[in-house]
Amino acid sequence: MIPTAFDYQRATSLDDALAKLSASNGAGKLIAGGHSLVPLMKLRLSEPTMLIDIARIPDLAGIREQDGTLEIGAGTVHHDVATSPVLRQHCPVVADTAATIGDPQVRNRGTLGGSLAHADPAADYPAVMLALDAEIHLRSSTAARVVLARDFFQNVLTVDLAPDEIITAVRFAPVRAASYAKLYQRASRFAIVGVAAALDVSDGVIRSARIGLTGAVSHAVRLTTVEAALAGCEPTSRACAEAARLAGSDLEDINGDIHASETYRRAMIPVFTRRALDGALARLTVQS
Amino acid sequence: MAASLVLPKLVGQRIKRREDPRLIQGRATYVDDIKVVGMQHLAFVRSDIAHGRILSIDTSAADAMDGVEAVFTGAQIAELLAPMPILTPFPSPDHRAVAVDIVRYVGEPVAVVVTADRYVARDAADAIVVDYEQLPAVVDPEQAMTGTPVVIHADFADNLALPFLPGGTGVAADFTVDDTVVDQAFADAEVVVSQRMVNQRLAPTPIETRGVLAHFEPGKGTMTIWSSTQNPHTLRTFIATMTGLGQDQVRAIAPEVGGAFGAKINIYPEEYVAAALSKRLGLPIKWIEDRSEAFVATTHGRDIIGYVDIAARRDGTVVGLKLRLIADIGAYNMLLTAAIPTLTMQMASATYDIPAIRATLTEVFTNKTPTAAYRGAGRPEATYFVERAMDMLARELEMDPADLRRKNFITPDQFPYTTQMGAVYDSGDYGKALDLALQNAGWADLKKQRDAARAKGRLVGLGLSMYVEVCGVGPSSSFPSGGWEYAQVTIERDGRISATTGASPHGQGNETTFAQMLADQFGVPLEHITIHHGDTGVVKQGIGTFGSRSQAVGGTALHLAGGKVKVKMAKFAAALIEAHEDDLVFEDGMISVKGSPESGKSFADVAKYAYVPVPLPKGLDPGLSEEAFFEPANNTYPFGCHISMLEIDRETGEPTLLRLVAVDDAGHLINPLIVDGQIHGGLAQGIGQAMIEEFRYSEDGQPVTGSFMDYAIPRAADFPRFELDNTVTPTPVNPLGAKGVGEAGTLGSTPCVVAAAVDALSEFGVKHIDMMLRPEKLWRIIHGGQP
Repeated sequence: MIPTAFDYQRATSLDDALAKLSASNGAGKLIAGGHSLVPLMKLRLSEPTMLIDIARIPDLAGIREQDGTLEIGAGTVHHDVATSPVLRQHCPVVADTAATIGDPQVRNRGTLGGSLAHADPAADYPAVMLALDAEIHLRSSTAARVVLARDFFQNVLTVDLAPDEIITAVRFAPVRAASYAKLYQRASRFAIVGVAAALDVSDGVIRSARIGLTGAVSHAVRLTTVEAALAGCEPTSRACAEAARLAGSDLEDINGDIHASETYRRAMIPVFTRRALDGALARLTVQS
Repeated sequence: MAASLVLPKLVGQRIKRREDPRLIQGRATYVDDIKVVGMQHLAFVRSDIAHGRILSIDTSAADAMDGVEAVFTGAQIAELLAPMPILTPFPSPDHRAVAVDIVRYVGEPVAVVVTADRYVARDAADAIVVDYEQLPAVVDPEQAMTGTPVVIHADFADNLALPFLPGGTGVAADFTVDDTVVDQAFADAEVVVSQRMVNQRLAPTPIETRGVLAHFEPGKGTMTIWSSTQNPHTLRTFIATMTGLGQDQVRAIAPEVGGAFGAKINIYPEEYVAAALSKRLGLPIKWIEDRSEAFVATTHGRDIIGYVDIAARRDGTVVGLKLRLIADIGAYNMLLTAAIPTLTMQMASATYDIPAIRATLTEVFTNKTPTAAYRGAGRPEATYFVERAMDMLARELEMDPADLRRKNFITPDQFPYTTQMGAVYDSGDYGKALDLALQNAGWADLKKQRDAARAKGRLVGLGLSMYVEVCGVGPSSSFPSGGWEYAQVTIERDGRISATTGASPHGQGNETTFAQMLADQFGVPLEHITIHHGDTGVVKQGIGTFGSRSQAVGGTALHLAGGKVKVKMAKFAAALIEAHEDDLVFEDGMISVKGSPESGKSFADVAKYAYVPVPLPKGLDPGLSEEAFFEPANNTYPFGCHISMLEIDRETGEPTLLRLVAVDDAGHLINPLIVDGQIHGGLAQGIGQAMIEEFRYSEDGQPVTGSFMDYAIPRAADFPRFELDNTVTPTPVNPLGAKGVGEAGTLGSTPCVVAAAVDALSEFGVKHIDMMLRPEKLWRIIHGGQP
């Protein structure tokens, strides 16, 4: 890679990273796995003058369970998410999603926080964060705040993250009955369409459903129409198929590119919504 | 040497490649690993428009940068370098290494900078401002043939690089055409199937991009040039010519080369520029291609349209074939660009005894990267067009695709067989390969599985393809830089063996296969043999590695050189043992009288004696080193049969390859493990073309698949386990009986996978699908649209 010249600093702790970020007066760009940033620097589409490396901050990575809530450190690489026994047991959809990202090299370097901060319209994680109604925890040198995933993703490559903030972790209540279904773009292995579905079922009734969609529009969104249609239904494949038909019907400005036209993408949203719901149902069956 | 040593025969054994440990462990030395004191870095400013007139080039900001040694525009380079040479006999427009007035494709060099630091080189290149008058661009060859909206080269009306080249039945040596026989065949036919087919453009994408380091030493007046090339001797020839040096003054070295796939046969502008500037500045100059450059500055492959008409009787007998080819060669003729599509013509008869063939070829300029060889180079295109047509014919006649093919095969008793295209097939037994493939695939059962899956609503299809390949490229009448190969074998004073070969392997495993041959020839351990290649200072002559020729032609040259030195060594041994040379055997590290090993001397002792020959046997000179040139009488024609099973997701159109059964016949195999590896790689690239690879341009000539984010290359996880087998039909063309195998996998796999997709979608009435098998394209067929 032959980028423009830049200065490089390695942060040793979160506080150190925040201090360096603050001191850089807006020039500092965070780098962890580098799998979003470095390709852009290589093409000189991004020309940061200062990189602050947060890849080796010990507490930023790791998967923890506390009081029924799961927390994944923002610096956790996709491979560790994909292979986490805790996630596999309590919330396998997150591990499944991580396993679909890129290839082994990408999964060994790329991080959850990096993916969320970059917010590629076709990234996989945003869909599952929406389906889990995850909290995204942010820190600056002066404050900490929590943003819900549904408020975090705002537009193409645009998220609710200030220049002096770092994503520290995501936190969510685990859902076993959740699944991710994805139509692969065959070169990049990003999602042409990716749908994550999570079901809350009790006493034989879907109390609520949360469905996150990525790849189809400018940023990951919830499929609220399908969610509403499912609420109160019996958790059957038929009910899910029925509700999935509505998926995307109210979306405008569907993406179209050389890999998939707008028409095709629109047609794939219900297909992968139904597949994600079927996957969630299958986990429900295993659970009960 | 211990007399108890018993060495196994190695030829024919599945021996792991000797090259692999260094490659796997990162210990190989590529061009970019080589550094010379005082070395400067070269960077190119490249056109970012497809067609335009250069109005001005402002280099002032680059000139002023710290660390910038020199900046050259195209006009300045033109003072140092003559127009780009080519090796084909067709007319060609003026092509400068760096564009002078007009740019004709995105990626064409416009200016160069030389700096001490590679990063500064890129900064300086970015600081050069080129002002263009944009001209209309044309990217569709059939559009370009109308001469609108633009003529790319003034002297080439309607953008026709090669207006009309006829071949086949009734074409005389002066290219006059008599269509009587072909027309009669079609008039008499009971069925004719016609189809336009597109063999799309591909980017070769070797993992190691190109790179060059040119080091002219003013004190000696000599040039050393390291380059990631397939043919260092050809590089030497052209670098000498273009820099005004003698071939004795240029040493070309291909160090470890990390893949090439045909794209590194060409001698490129960057190589000439690096050499010319090294000579001009008296400094070593390196250029390493980055991946973004590689997608536009390294030649592309395929990109040929075929209009195919096949005429037959109702019983399946093929009576005639018409093949009208339109090759999109991009913006310029490179070294061999124009020759590649002629190979498609040459192979129009495929594996069939077709009595009347009319093939014609038109080559067209477009505002795209020039094309050249890409693994298979013309033969996969021919295979694809003919095999797809055979499939369509089988469907039309409601015949089993295997039966239709068998009915039309050239039969074993017909070899050597001269096709209507003039190719002389050396040997073959196509029915045997077909039978074995059908047996290994379980064809009858496979059809039942397919039908059962279909009954459940699944879209499952089967594809079958035959192929015949051209390998072992030679003799010299068939290749413009020579069709021979060279080797030298030296028995060193310690009894170890050094051999040099003019082949320049870059993944083919010849360091292993050649050592296997010599080990058997001399009865010594493989570990005692070193194969040197890729350096014109070490290997006196050579042609190079392409056209699947290294083993068949290079291996034979080595075998002949080894034979010569063995004869001489036997004379020394005879003198030492006091036996007759004809009675000696070379076995297990000993040279001894046949049947009495205790009589023998060690191989090392005989070698030592040959270099300090006291007494010198009468009629012998000291030393054990011999060389050989081998010119084959003909190409070789390997063949095979590939069968695939593929499923298409009814809801999404996504295709999944379920099985790939391949039977390949490359003649005698030196190392079946390496052959398997070659077939695996070929299959991957052939299936890649069918399913996921396509280099695309926008209508205004901008590449839209210029990175691995958008250009898909096959990965291991994309495939089922390949089921390989082989038949053995030796070639009479060389004493090894080896035909070559490097490209073969790309021939049969592509049409057989497309055939399976068409079969899977047959319920929708589809007869042909152009590549690649994009899910959306298949989904549109399934859901009522058109592909």
